[in-house]
Amino acid sequence: MDESMTTLILTLLPLYPLVSFLLLISLATRLSWTVAASISVGAMVLSALSSMLVINQLSVDTPIITSQLWTWFTLSPSEEINISFYLDALSAVMIGVVTGVGLLIHIFAAAYMKEDENFTRFMAYMNLFIVAMLLLVLADNLVLLYLGWEGVGLCSFLLIGFWYQEKANVLAARKAFIVTRVGDTAMAIGLFMLFKETGLLTIADINQSANISWNVGDTQPYWIALLLLGGAVGKSAQLPLQTWLPDAMAGPTPVSALIHAATMVTAGVYLIARMHGVFLLAPEVMGYVAWVGALTLLLAGGAALVQTDIKRVLAYSTMSQIGYMMLSLGAGAFSAGVFHLMTHAFFKALLFLTAGAIILALHHQQNLYKMGGLLKRLPFEASLFTIGLVCLMALPGSSGFFSKEAIIGQLWSSETAGPTLWWCAIAGALLTSIYSCRLFFLAFLGSSRFSVPLQSSSSKLLQLSLLVLAILSVFGGLLANLLDINLAPVFAKAAIIDTSTQPDWLHTVAIATPFIGIVYAWIYYANYRVSNHKTLVESHSVLTRFCQQGLGFDCLYHYLLVKPYCLLAKFNRRDIFDQLIMLNAWYVTLCHDIFVSSQHGKLRWYAAAIGLVTLLFLLILNIDGFGSEASL
Amino acid sequence: MTITLVMCFIFVSACIAWFAEGIKENSGRYVALLSMIAISIYLVFALLLSESSVDYSQLQILTRLPWIAHFNIEYALALDYLSIILVFLTLLLAVICILVSWHEIKTKVGFYYFNLLASITGIIGVFTAIDMFLFFFFWEVMLLPMTALIAIWGHENRHFAAIKFFIFTQVSSLLMLVAIIVMSVLHFQQTGRVSFFYQDWLALDVPFKTAYYLMLGFFIAFAVKLPSVPVHSWLPDAHTQAPTAGSVLLAGVLLKTGAYGLIRFVLQLFPDASSNFAPYAAVLGVVSILYGAKMAFAQQDFKRLVAYSSISHMGFVMLALFSFNTIAYQGAILTLVAHGLSSAALFSLAGMIYKRIHSRHLPDMGGFWQHAPRMGGFALAFAAAAFGLPGLANFVAEFLSLVGTYQVYPIHTMLAALGLIGSAIYGMVLFQNSFQGSFPSTKIASFKDLSIREFFVCSLLLSLLIVIGFYPDLILNLFNHSHIAWLTDDVAGAGL
Repeated sequence: MDESMTTLILTLLPLYPLVSFLLLISLATRLSWTVAASISVGAMVLSALSSMLVINQLSVDTPIITSQLWTWFTLSPSEEINISFYLDALSAVMIGVVTGVGLLIHIFAAAYMKEDENFTRFMAYMNLFIVAMLLLVLADNLVLLYLGWEGVGLCSFLLIGFWYQEKANVLAARKAFIVTRVGDTAMAIGLFMLFKETGLLTIADINQSANISWNVGDTQPYWIALLLLGGAVGKSAQLPLQTWLPDAMAGPTPVSALIHAATMVTAGVYLIARMHGVFLLAPEVMGYVAWVGALTLLLAGGAALVQTDIKRVLAYSTMSQIGYMMLSLGAGAFSAGVFHLMTHAFFKALLFLTAGAIILALHHQQNLYKMGGLLKRLPFEASLFTIGLVCLMALPGSSGFFSKEAIIGQLWSSETAGPTLWWCAIAGALLTSIYSCRLFFLAFLGSSRFSVPLQSSSSKLLQLSLLVLAILSVFGGLLANLLDINLAPVFAKAAIIDTSTQPDWLHTVAIATPFIGIVYAWIYYANYRVSNHKTLVESHSVLTRFCQQGLGFDCLYHYLLVKPYCLLAKFNRRDIFDQLIMLNAWYVTLCHDIFVSSQHGKLRWYAAAIGLVTLLFLLILNIDGFGSEASL
Repeated sequence: MTITLVMCFIFVSACIAWFAEGIKENSGRYVALLSMIAISIYLVFALLLSESSVDYSQLQILTRLPWIAHFNIEYALALDYLSIILVFLTLLLAVICILVSWHEIKTKVGFYYFNLLASITGIIGVFTAIDMFLFFFFWEVMLLPMTALIAIWGHENRHFAAIKFFIFTQVSSLLMLVAIIVMSVLHFQQTGRVSFFYQDWLALDVPFKTAYYLMLGFFIAFAVKLPSVPVHSWLPDAHTQAPTAGSVLLAGVLLKTGAYGLIRFVLQLFPDASSNFAPYAAVLGVVSILYGAKMAFAQQDFKRLVAYSSISHMGFVMLALFSFNTIAYQGAILTLVAHGLSSAALFSLAGMIYKRIHSRHLPDMGGFWQHAPRMGGFALAFAAAAFGLPGLANFVAEFLSLVGTYQVYPIHTMLAALGLIGSAIYGMVLFQNSFQGSFPSTKIASFKDLSIREFFVCSLLLSLLIVIGFYPDLILNLFNHSHIAWLTDDVAGAGL
């Protein structure tokens, strides 16, 4: 294939979903399910095929494919902000995940949302999301990346609040948008600073020239990297901006799979990997990235232990897995982080979609304490879900194992991470396997705790997409070498972490940890898995409630930020400046009233007033007269 | 002569619309609409034909006739790209205004269209006059019909709002009048000849201290019009009480006369004084951004919310202009256009909602999306424009303003960037309270989707927002470095 053809395919990549979005949104209610589904899924098929084609064109000789469309605006004579795409191995992984997993989720969604009266609108938003996500990962400059960044935020908002008649969904959507906007603002300031310091906003140029203009440890890259990290933690739901993700589960399940597990929430990871040139110059910030990841990993894992809603367990699990990716980036193991991003997209999409199928079969029941015994009743879904959990726990052989091992293996001897963070990662793995087992026991073992008849979906589309995802989850690990070789030139600047001096027992511990977790869960959660007809009681202890409600962060922000802002707004609703200015008007009106009230037509008062004023004048004149006499 | 013809034509059709309505009902609006479209087409062609021979990146004097010869007051009009852009924005929004008033105005219809068009005549005069006396004349001409629009066709509290609007603008323009007279006297002292001509004034050498006070005189007049905190409070009342077209015109163009005045007169006549004053103005800009966003969030009235959001957006203009930076300047110009379109769109939307439910109160609304999906889609897009979603014009405008400002005032810019969060909050409140949630079916029987006329208005504004959002060079190319040479030359010290 010649070069211009490749460029053309790359250019058209985001166009198919865009056209589909426009078609669906303008024809809206007039389309039947078949037409709407085939348009939106068809667009995704085209996108997935063309991304496969362009990814194939990447090789050692052509490591980068670019395509410039037009000049967006000009910041300085030397720096033009273009609408143009930049494909290297890193963005190739991303477009592969976005279009590939995106296609499967679209197929699933077409079957899952069939009965919804706003089906067309739903598919339109999903397509629009893919457009924005593709722009985000293909952008050759940070402003276009920001466009995609905000675009996915808007789609996320629309899809979380898709069932907008419910007040709770509306509030969840608002929360997601505003909390991520806080991070976005930090990122925007980062861009301003970057432009002031370097005069550049094109990503490749920045990565190239960063270590020419700065030394390691300078203050400018420190602040820039810190601000970019602010954007990343917002989008990727890491501490301290993680509070929106659990609430975002209010959206339909395919949304949770696509946006809040596989693609959008990993945008922060992509941003840091993309801007690694700047981050490498700020080792302190790399340390912060690692610590943010580690803390999120542990706290979210802890919170996942006590959730009662199956989707919320998965949401916290997503946060904690992204914590792993952050930890890996912070340690300087960029390829491993990106690898985990990919395998996580496979198995977490699988988990969410299967959970969706289960929820549907149980007539929209999401409470784990109202499930149980599903292993026998829904064998197909249960076995796929188990595959997902095995990957999540990183049991040997699964894709999650390869990616997580790649991360954990490099932490110990990394300069910006080290043994402490290694132990954090191990503790995280332990938590992961415990909450996975708890989830498994509650949902699939034990006695059935629901009274409705099961309604298993027989849709072939639904099962097909689940099967493909399961295959990817199992065999995704085989891509490890391919990915490593191709990503190495992208992250050429990152020092290779020397793992040869590590103690030998590290590997054994890392592999054994999930099994320890399983054994612990087997014993501790025994009553969840045995079917003894006693009713299960949810724990209501203070600690459980605290963990369930997101470890107090919601509460903290509510009293620290939301409440003061609302109170300020409420107290000053009438605008203090206006009231100050209106004092003038009040004063004039007052004088007016006084003088009007003196005109009442009573002759006695007038006479008295005239007399008084005359007297006053005489007095003044006299005093004046005395004064002049005295001076004489 | 082009602009003179345009203004005469608009004023004549204003009179015709008034009389035509008296002869035949409903004919006034057709006269107004057709004449505005004809004028716009005429102006486009007239400018395209002259563009090859005239370079509008510098101020080009079109007409210069003696008016009151005794004081050397002239009838002088000039155009450059800044005024061309703003004149076109005015003409476009005039068409929108007529379209949104189509069924809304039921009383004294002829007189209504007369006032609307008369006000537009005045606004075009303000953007093109370069004799300061003439400028002041047009400044008043645009004000009176606007006050009439609010006072006669406004909502429940219209008299109060009209008086407040009138007094605010009058008091502040009094200061400008004093400054104008002092400038002409200065000109007399230095050259022995009274002059109100703008380009004569440019050549004038004003002592710094005098210049500072004169600059303040102009600044206050324009800051009230912009408006900037703390002299903004006429705007929420005027916007809320005005009829839909009045709000569109106020937000879309009238505020821009303030920004235009700052660029043309404050910054260019008194470069040293204004660069000395810049730190205070920048603080005012930041305060306006944050205070406007916070106040917008607090409002429960749809139009009042949009009004406060305008204050916030105009804060960006103030901040960008007083940072004396080319990128920020381009951002400020683009903000004028983008905000003109997006606020016009939101006020039109408020009018459409008011027509259906007879209320502007947000708690009375909810769930409209279900009944009016098209309207909901547009509402979302316009709210997104207001909170600066990339891909729409406002984003490029705000981004350029902030990137440019950051070069000069990093701390101010960081605070101003918090406005991005504030705008997301009020944008969410605006959209979600009206279009999401449950439909108040006990209070409202039905809610119709957009009519063809309304659909045309919305899609025209949205497509412009998108086109400028993705191809801002349409406008920015006109403001390249050669045009804004005054910016970098005059105050090199404050810029890059």
